[in-house]
Amino acid sequence: MTTASILVSEGPHPPSRGMVAMSCLIIGESAIFTLFIVAYVFFMGRNVSGPTPAILSPPWVNTVCLLASSFTVLFAERAIDRGQMKRFAVLWAITILLALKFLAGTATEWRDLIYNHGLTISVNVFGTTYYSLVGLHATHVILGLIMLSVVLGFTLTGHVNETHAERIKVLALYWHFVDWVWVAVFTTVYLIGR
Amino acid sequence: MQRRLGNSPIRLCLYLIAGLLLVCRSAFADSRIASSNSFLPESTPARDVYYLALFALTVTGCIFVVVAALLSYAVIKYRARKTDPEHEPAQVYGSTQVELAWTVIPIIIIVVLFLTTARIIFAIQNAPQPKTDLKVTVIGHQFWWEFRYPEYGIATANELHIPLWTKQDPDTTYLTLLSADVDHSFWVPELAGKTDLIPNHPNEMWIDPQKAGVYYGQCAQFCGLEHSLMLIRVYVDTPEQFQEWVKNQQKAAVDDPDVAAGRQIFETQACVNCHTINGTTAKGTYGPDLTHLMSRGTIAAGAATNTPENLSAWIKDPDTFKPGAHMPAMQLTDEQIKQVVAYLTTLH
Amino acid sequence: MADQTFPVPSPLNTERSGNAAFLEWLHSWVVTVDHKKLGILYIVYALLFLVVGGAEILVVRIQLAFPWSGIVSPGVYNQLFTMHGTTMVFLMGMPILFGFGNYMVPLMIGARDMAFPRLNALSFWLTAFGGFLLYFSYIGGFGLYGMGNAPDVGWFAYAPLTSKLITPGHNTDYWALSLIVAGFGTLGTAINIVATTICMRCKGMTLSRMPLFVWLMFVTSALTLVTITPLTAAQIMLEIDRYLGGHFFDPVGGGSPMLWIHFFWIFGHPEVYVLVLPAFGIANEIIPVFSRKPIFGYTAMVAASVGIGFVSLTVWAHHMFTVGMSAASNSFFVLSTEVVGIFTGIKIFNWIATMWGGRIQFTTPMLFCIAFVFQMLIAGLTGIMLSVAPWDWQLHNSYFLIAHFHYVLLGAIVTCVFAAFYYWYPKAIGRKLDERLGKWHFWLFLLGFHITFDIMHWVGLDGMPRSIYTYPADRGWQGMNIIITIGAFIQGIAVLIFVWNMIWSRWHGEIAGNDPWDAWTLEWAAPSPPPPYNFANDPVVRSRRPLWDIKHPNDPDWKYEP
Repeated sequence: MTTASILVSEGPHPPSRGMVAMSCLIIGESAIFTLFIVAYVFFMGRNVSGPTPAILSPPWVNTVCLLASSFTVLFAERAIDRGQMKRFAVLWAITILLALKFLAGTATEWRDLIYNHGLTISVNVFGTTYYSLVGLHATHVILGLIMLSVVLGFTLTGHVNETHAERIKVLALYWHFVDWVWVAVFTTVYLIGR
Repeated sequence: MQRRLGNSPIRLCLYLIAGLLLVCRSAFADSRIASSNSFLPESTPARDVYYLALFALTVTGCIFVVVAALLSYAVIKYRARKTDPEHEPAQVYGSTQVELAWTVIPIIIIVVLFLTTARIIFAIQNAPQPKTDLKVTVIGHQFWWEFRYPEYGIATANELHIPLWTKQDPDTTYLTLLSADVDHSFWVPELAGKTDLIPNHPNEMWIDPQKAGVYYGQCAQFCGLEHSLMLIRVYVDTPEQFQEWVKNQQKAAVDDPDVAAGRQIFETQACVNCHTINGTTAKGTYGPDLTHLMSRGTIAAGAATNTPENLSAWIKDPDTFKPGAHMPAMQLTDEQIKQVVAYLTTLH
Repeated sequence: MADQTFPVPSPLNTERSGNAAFLEWLHSWVVTVDHKKLGILYIVYALLFLVVGGAEILVVRIQLAFPWSGIVSPGVYNQLFTMHGTTMVFLMGMPILFGFGNYMVPLMIGARDMAFPRLNALSFWLTAFGGFLLYFSYIGGFGLYGMGNAPDVGWFAYAPLTSKLITPGHNTDYWALSLIVAGFGTLGTAINIVATTICMRCKGMTLSRMPLFVWLMFVTSALTLVTITPLTAAQIMLEIDRYLGGHFFDPVGGGSPMLWIHFFWIFGHPEVYVLVLPAFGIANEIIPVFSRKPIFGYTAMVAASVGIGFVSLTVWAHHMFTVGMSAASNSFFVLSTEVVGIFTGIKIFNWIATMWGGRIQFTTPMLFCIAFVFQMLIAGLTGIMLSVAPWDWQLHNSYFLIAHFHYVLLGAIVTCVFAAFYYWYPKAIGRKLDERLGKWHFWLFLLGFHITFDIMHWVGLDGMPRSIYTYPADRGWQGMNIIITIGAFIQGIAVLIFVWNMIWSRWHGEIAGNDPWDAWTLEWAAPSPPPPYNFANDPVVRSRRPLWDIKHPNDPDWKYEP
């Protein structure tokens, strides 16, 4: 915080820069996801040939893992607020494991789709839109995972403490977004689109 | 130099304007045969648009005059003068009443303009379609137009023939717009506004020309290298002329034994892969149908007039007129080209 | 109030040999995270591309002066107009406006820097990398087919012209990838400006006291968040089509070219407002100062700007009246588009009302702003004409449309940018731009602009479509095209005068002092040029015109503001 922003005494305290910036990024990211979801919905039922969405089965376990990781991050945020660094590290590590589980699940699912159903990105519009949308989300999970891992590394080497709570929260906000945008993707692809 | 021109930029600008007026006088004297002016409508959709345009122009013109006058008045009246008092002018921060006034008045104008516009949109787009009318399928290609008349079983290219609309014989033409490759746009300003030809997205438009003659237009959506030379001619024929034209188009190609050599070259070369000539082995559909080539005034989608010399040059090297046209240079000898052109020129 | 000057620490002050000093100077520009230096980098970068994009279009204009002129081949012509459009929107328009935003926003809100100085540097270098990547396509080697060609699919890049099948080679990929990279840079800057505006305002600088330029940059940046990202998404889809064999826009595989048109204009229309809103902001700052009155209807101006921001997200399909939408959708987009006209009208009336009763000083920045109001009026009215869907069926993709949007981009935006240069150059450099050269620049530019674009409306009504490299001689377009070309060259000369003025005044301009225009916003309280920390003491403001309050202690603004 610079002096300038601290000095603003009139009105409510301004929100942290990091949170504002991350919210902005999330707004922008939402627009990207919206376009991919719109494309998916637009092409629903317009397959010329090849596999159809009927071959999909909703990855419930995956979904539960990802949403649970949102809660573990939430508890980790509370832990760092109170300075319970051990608790924080454990919760953070669980989050990473849950994210890894999610990615592994996606990988298995894709392997099944490619080898057993012959669905690739170039086979038809369903393949194109499905892999693009789910892949876009998976890319975000991977990016988040990298950042989470960096934080875990610093935590384990003792470089993170409660003074970093605000930055951790900014990262956590991104992670919440990645988790909850999955609900939109999941609903579109596996519930409505099937 | 600067002294002679006068040392103020305004003076120079005045000189430049005077010079330009002289240029204009000579420039506008140039030849103008093929007009495509959207303000010279000869068909109902174009005319509806024209009157709507005049209305919109009047409304916006009035707004322009009023606002430009206010601006000019403010700039001239309130310019800083040497006689101004030392202190700053009265500081005015705003006025809710005034703000309200210049919000409400535009809203009223917009509502009127919107309602008028919507009426014309519905009138043109949702016009009832009589069953007896002529239907033509327009297919856009890189970089030429294909016109198919399903009712008559004929196909032609780049030059559309349609009947005149008269009170006694109200023949409206409905165009179904398709594309074989990329986006194009069918635009003949004096007959109607443009409508795009988009792959996987068939469009429709209609025209009812009320004056016989030739109308000019061209592709209005950038479609690649030779987008510029994708010209359209619409021949509006009297009903008799039109029937005559249709009868001729329905015939198989002329088979003149004098030019059998040229026909043989045509049929044994790659020409047949892309072109159709009814009554021969040529059945290609990638390029224009040549069955009645000589009934058209131009070749290469209007890039050149249809003369034997131009045909030779075109077959020898299409890049002469239209670099980037999909037709390849045919690598024929001059003698072969001569024979092929002799054959083609019999295809009336 | 900080009004005293401080010695500016600079690596150049140290005694060194010429070469080492130069390298150090260069290094200081590369590694800088100072919002002012980055702002200048943005602006210099954008000016470079202004000249490049301008040169491209002058070649185009020579080609079009005569039918069948054959100055350039159709392929080169298509590359030229594609690059001109892409350059002017992405490499010139946005960077120059964000450059001014970068420089001015922290100064105007009394902050010492942007919220994220390093993100700021990253954003600039991403943008710069994108720009040079796009131009690398010209020299990217001739080994593989298409490698050495600039993009030639139009700046709108309508599918399926962009498919691998129809446009092989890598030029379209250069277009998409460079804009994706530059887009991330833009996104970073937008985030930064939003965060700066929300979190970094000095004491007393409430939202309702922010200078209008800051407000407009704020709205623009917020709009950018949801404007540039759809383009990025669409371009990612395009690359999936081109490299992974996807079928988003490929009609053969069941894809939909219509989807690209929608996606492009969902980006493309708000993009116009991303460009024009900062220009409005510039006029909002300059017109009051040289009319010697506060802006008329501050609240209405803010409301209209936010209104434009929201409405601009609902108007994209007015670029698509000819694609064959239903009559009902066409009517909806007519209405939403015309609503924008109401907001723009409010702004124009407010600018006139600001001048009304004032004492207008015809300095060069003010001249540009008056020309801007006049040209924005015309641009708005031709916009209303284009929004009348049936008429748009005639006008769309004709030179009338080209004339209209150049009235917006050049007549409004670039004109305001010129005004901004004359207005803020003294702040950034410490010397004023030469007024005599400035007047030459203004009048020549005004003349050239009107010759070119007024005539262009006519040639459009006469049926001349855009994007054509040649036209039949018998259409009667030749005379008008010659005049348009002459006008373009007059503008070119005016821009050269301007560039010369920028260089000349850097060393010979009149020393400006902190507040050469007797202005009222915070940036004029800082020294010229401002030190890296901007303000020695954090400013405290009580009204929208803090310097007015200081200059008129008996009659301060805060007495009258709510």
